[in-house]
Amino acid sequence: MFFPISHAHVSPVYLGVVGFVIGVLGGFFGVGGSFLAGPALRLAGIDWNFAVGTDLAHIVGKSVVAAKRHRALGNVDLRLGFFMAIGTIAGAEMGAQLIQAFKRAGNVNFVVSVVSIVIYLSISAFMLWESSKTLGRQKQSSARLKSTALVAKADDSAFQHVTTAIQRWRIPPMISLPASGVTISLWIILLVAFVGGLCSGFLGGGAGYIRMPSMVYVLGIPTHLAVGTDLFEIIISASYGTFSHAIKGNVDILIALVMNIGAAVGAQLGAISTQYFAGPKIRLAFVPLPLIGAAIVIYTMFSGHKL
Amino acid sequence: MSPRSKTVVRRTLRAFALELVIYAALVTGYFFAVLHLLGGWLVQLETQHIRIYAVVAILLIIGQAVVLEAVTTGLLRLLRGGRSE
Repeated sequence: MFFPISHAHVSPVYLGVVGFVIGVLGGFFGVGGSFLAGPALRLAGIDWNFAVGTDLAHIVGKSVVAAKRHRALGNVDLRLGFFMAIGTIAGAEMGAQLIQAFKRAGNVNFVVSVVSIVIYLSISAFMLWESSKTLGRQKQSSARLKSTALVAKADDSAFQHVTTAIQRWRIPPMISLPASGVTISLWIILLVAFVGGLCSGFLGGGAGYIRMPSMVYVLGIPTHLAVGTDLFEIIISASYGTFSHAIKGNVDILIALVMNIGAAVGAQLGAISTQYFAGPKIRLAFVPLPLIGAAIVIYTMFSGHKL
Repeated sequence: MSPRSKTVVRRTLRAFALELVIYAALVTGYFFAVLHLLGGWLVQLETQHIRIYAVVAILLIIGQAVVLEAVTTGLLRLLRGGRSE
């Protein structure tokens, strides 16, 4: 089928299937899924600039569906989401400026590739360590208590002592987040969001792979709420990104609309599935995602191909 | 897996498959309507009024997401006798 805005011939079934897969991942983990969607669109023969811009537009639609579903399940902290959006947009702008600076220096591809590999591998390694340790501890305590029902739904973390120490920093203004059961300095929220935005602007995509774990480990937000709130925040930041790319002529909205048809089903399925898993299990299942991102970057670095 | 759980899983999968069939039929109709009715206008907008195109693109993707979410939730409720998950 011919899409006149990007001048590309792509099967709508392929787009629907890609949307579905990314929808499931997004609904379950609270990530945009751009590390898969971008290469998948590129693989279909869409120009790289259109792949990036169109993917952002599709992320907006998918996040609306998944966030609505998570909101119905009580997994969205709107107050936190709005504060996060402010920091994310500022960080994304800074990331874009950094890209321009490295572009002028002539080593942007190498720097972005190395930084992204280090970040992806670090996140995976840390989350693997933390979630395995937490699950092991839960297993021991459930054996001791002989009641798995008490610990199965608990959102425990082996990193909790650090999170608690961060929450004790009383730098005004302090923000109360009743939905998440956390009171924390606004500056810490903005800093976490800014770092997420910086990764988004510098490495591309929505950077859910860094924001969702940061919300859990730094802010102390329960995993289910971190997933839902991240999706809500992505609606705002990805809309901003879509507008920015659209005015540069990088968005084929017809492709995004077709992808969103598959994503609508996938995102609901992913969001509903979170109800059946405890926080540490969701975090453990998250571990392969940054590794896939790292594998794609390593492949493009050594083969010279842009997936 | 207990026989009761098996029955629940089987019923859920059947409802999901049925939902996909109904959803696919609805989407195919919608798909042709949108691409044929809006396609030309969107191309024209993209070439002549890029800022309006950017705003329309965001509104379209959000609007479609809200409608599709309502459709899939409605279908789930209908097929699972009032329960959405």
